[in-house]
Amino acid sequence: MTRTFLGMPASALQRSFPSNAAKAVRDSQLRFNLRKATHTIRDKRASVVGELPDWEELRQAGKAIKDHTLRNLDRYLVQLEEAVTAAGGHVHWARDADEANRIVAGLVKATGETEVVKVKSMATQEIGLNEALAAEGVTAYETDLAELIVQLGDDWPSHILVPAIHRNRAEIREIFQERMGEWGRPAPEGLTDEPRALAEAARLHLRERFLSTKVAISGANFMIAETGTLVVLESEGNGRMCLTLPRTLISVVGIEKLLPSWRDLEVFLQLLPRSSTGERMNPYTSTWTGAAEGQEFHLVLLDNGRTHVLADEVGRQALRCIRCSACLNVCPVYERAGGHAYGSVYPGPIGAILTPQLRGLDSELDRSLPYASSLCGACYEVCPVAIDIPQVLVDLRAKARHPRAERLGMAAAGWIFNRPERLARAQRAGGRLRRFVPKRLPGPMSAWTDTRDIPDIPRESFRGWWDRTGGGDR
Amino acid sequence: MRVALFITCVNDTLFPGTGKATVTLLRRLGVDVAFPRAQTCCGQMHVNTGYREEGVRLARHFADVFGGYDAVVVPSGSCGAMVREQYPKLAPAATGAVVPKVYELSEFLIDVLGVTDVGAYFPHRVTYHPTCHSLRGLHLGDRPLRLLRNVRGLDLVPLPGAEECCGFGGTFAVKNPDISAAMCADKVGNVMTTGAEVLCAADNSCLMHIGGTLTRQKTGVKIMHLAEILAATEVTEP
Ligand code: SF4
Repeated sequence: MTRTFLGMPASALQRSFPSNAAKAVRDSQLRFNLRKATHTIRDKRASVVGELPDWEELRQAGKAIKDHTLRNLDRYLVQLEEAVTAAGGHVHWARDADEANRIVAGLVKATGETEVVKVKSMATQEIGLNEALAAEGVTAYETDLAELIVQLGDDWPSHILVPAIHRNRAEIREIFQERMGEWGRPAPEGLTDEPRALAEAARLHLRERFLSTKVAISGANFMIAETGTLVVLESEGNGRMCLTLPRTLISVVGIEKLLPSWRDLEVFLQLLPRSSTGERMNPYTSTWTGAAEGQEFHLVLLDNGRTHVLADEVGRQALRCIRCSACLNVCPVYERAGGHAYGSVYPGPIGAILTPQLRGLDSELDRSLPYASSLCGACYEVCPVAIDIPQVLVDLRAKARHPRAERLGMAAAGWIFNRPERLARAQRAGGRLRRFVPKRLPGPMSAWTDTRDIPDIPRESFRGWWDRTGGGDR
Repeated sequence: MRVALFITCVNDTLFPGTGKATVTLLRRLGVDVAFPRAQTCCGQMHVNTGYREEGVRLARHFADVFGGYDAVVVPSGSCGAMVREQYPKLAPAATGAVVPKVYELSEFLIDVLGVTDVGAYFPHRVTYHPTCHSLRGLHLGDRPLRLLRNVRGLDLVPLPGAEECCGFGGTFAVKNPDISAAMCADKVGNVMTTGAEVLCAADNSCLMHIGGTLTRQKTGVKIMHLAEILAATEVTEP
């Protein structure tokens, strides 16, 4: 498989997850920002999910609908294409990031425009669309508030829902003041870090953009095969500005975003907002079918490694993901490592199973991602489509190449565990050598003793005691 | 009922006191527990680190050793979850019969024996950490707490952020040492706010990790497995 591009700079891919995370964990400002933000959303989610007595049924329904759709993806994709075309839209198929970028750049250039506005979208980040457009002389303007912060700050997203989660208010104010002018209307004089003031500055900055730009690019949360309808859920209303005002709309959507019918959408409109922002319903839901009069609509269906994931019996459940980010918000590893450590636009638990599947296990970073979890299971518990993330992690670990020292250690342990006599002998040897165990262990095991003592090795193992005393009878 | 003890390799090798306490407790409740000598390890470390074949071999071995018993008691939520959750995916045919007969200690006491008061006495301030695999793997719920609440003299204090992982995660602790240590630091911080003398859990592996930090930081807080507290009486705790 050729290396699938997942919207991150090459520098983020050079180091393994543990070393990226080690750096992040020492950044106390980052840890504070992340802890505060993830715990707030986590608590909100828990309270609105707790309100629904049938949450578990909804979750199982979401899982079943997605599984059914994925099993019949070929059929539903063709049905979608026919419905979109019948409604006056144009459908394009993109095998990978390059092809998708080429298609979109060609469509934009055909309009003669050099500027586009963007609705928040993971798929376009995944393929690095903004950079590809820039190379073709087209400027893409992010209109989601958090994406705007990331774009103005020359930064990378670190969360699926809240890409600027690693920034606090003071940092955002600084970015606005310094950079807004370069991209359009500057921030007002004397901007404070009050949320209301920051939002107002963004609103004024963006409003002009919406009114003057003729091409918009979006993703979609769902696509309905039956009618060819696309659905976007959002909180700010900036999305619907992009979806309605410009003359040309281009939507780049992963092929797994399909739902068979409108009836299925009902389930997901309950699952997604509660899991994502912790709201009963998100403020804005836009749906569109084909092109309105005088407007043009293009749908670019993106594979970029997805069919490869679909072929894997265990891993394919990752394609059920509706990008709610609940798994990030409960993950103790994400909370401390931050999103950038994952080297992909998909961070956190879902990133740890999706990125190595999309990109392969070739780089050191991608091989380390399935190990970026203590397997605590919090992600699986909150996932609205019941993706058993720990199961996929363990499965990927079995597929990854392992370090030589570890292979030898595991082989030795396996050899001992294969025969109880060997285990007993090893335990007796340990008991005799117990006083010679140093406080600080050498080699890879020093990672344990850097912060933790090792337990005292007992003189006698349990089985030794059982044999000597007849289970305590003698 | 033929009851076997699956001690687990960690308890067998490093925490024999937990095994002895489990035997003492079960005998006190009238259960004659056997210790099949051929047992070794459930295979969790191999499977979770990515060495599945070795794990499957150990799962089959487990089924051979324990197949003839009516119930298998495990004083470890993590190894219990390994058997009950992962064996059906790893080696369904070989382990299908034995898996439903495997109980974590608190499940065996409450669900099989039907006791919540095991007649224990332990006059200390204790806080309980529900380890991830006990909580989200086996869904032990409040079983361990119900047992602890019935221990005479015991002052049970709630642990803030109890459901958050301590950062052990098997080989995770050495593969991602910085994140693991940061998680443990927060867990230890929460333990310290309780003022407890003893941190209790149903898993010695997590306790070994938290306890290693507790002693390194010279906190004076002791770690104890649930079985050890439940086995304690006026005789052992004068
Ligand atoms: S894996 Fe599940 S919890 Fe995580 S983002 Fe996807 S749908 Fe949400």
